[in-house]
Amino acid sequence: MSHTLDAKGLNCPLPILRTKKAIKDVPSGEVLTVLATDPGSVKDFEAFCRSTGHELMEWNEDGGTYTFQIRSAA
Amino acid sequence: MSDNQKSFSMIVTKGTLDWAYPPFILATTAAAMGVNVSMFFTFYGLGLLKKNLNLEISTLGNPAMEMPMMGMHMKMPNLVSALPGVDKMATTMMKNLIKKKGVASIDELRELAVEADVKMVACQMTLDLFELDRKDLMDDLEYAGAATYMEDALKADLNLFI
Repeated sequence: MSHTLDAKGLNCPLPILRTKKAIKDVPSGEVLTVLATDPGSVKDFEAFCRSTGHELMEWNEDGGTYTFQIRSAA
Repeated sequence: MSDNQKSFSMIVTKGTLDWAYPPFILATTAAAMGVNVSMFFTFYGLGLLKKNLNLEISTLGNPAMEMPMMGMHMKMPNLVSALPGVDKMATTMMKNLIKKKGVASIDELRELAVEADVKMVACQMTLDLFELDRKDLMDDLEYAGAATYMEDALKADLNLFI
């Protein structure tokens, strides 16, 4: 089952806050895909994942949209 | 609170729109990162707890403040800032920018803080000093004083005065 959160157009700290809320409903081991346009979100998602134990598997940027793949450790 | 949970305490002393952002951004983000958060609102910070927020900014005595305007960045001379209506205009501009840039409103961040169980303590002394009424402030606040703040701050991994 795929889980996606669209946080495009939102600025700090909303992408992180929405992710925290969304990942609660993602079973442990499953992946949440987050879309964001905030250029500061790359460092923030790295820090968020290091602090919470969720795993930032990969991220990429395409045309100003950042895609984060986060494996839930909920 | 689990044994290894980090905690973060704050004193919030300022009540303008711009100064409302740092405490609520940090409180909500810390809570999202699993941190136990306690905010102590005193003096002008108490205004951030009003049921109906109508926060404003002032350009007066704020020489570093530049607003994007007509393709450039404008600073406001104090002489102009002191004129009636200038704060209202600057506030309107700021609120428009906030919307345009996808920045959360203070109402929204405050609600998220409440949802995340951020502890909010209102300074009873300030309430008395400025003759404020509890019924004008948010529900479910704690009313206390310096000792309550000290207890939280001494246990906290991080404390900020804002």
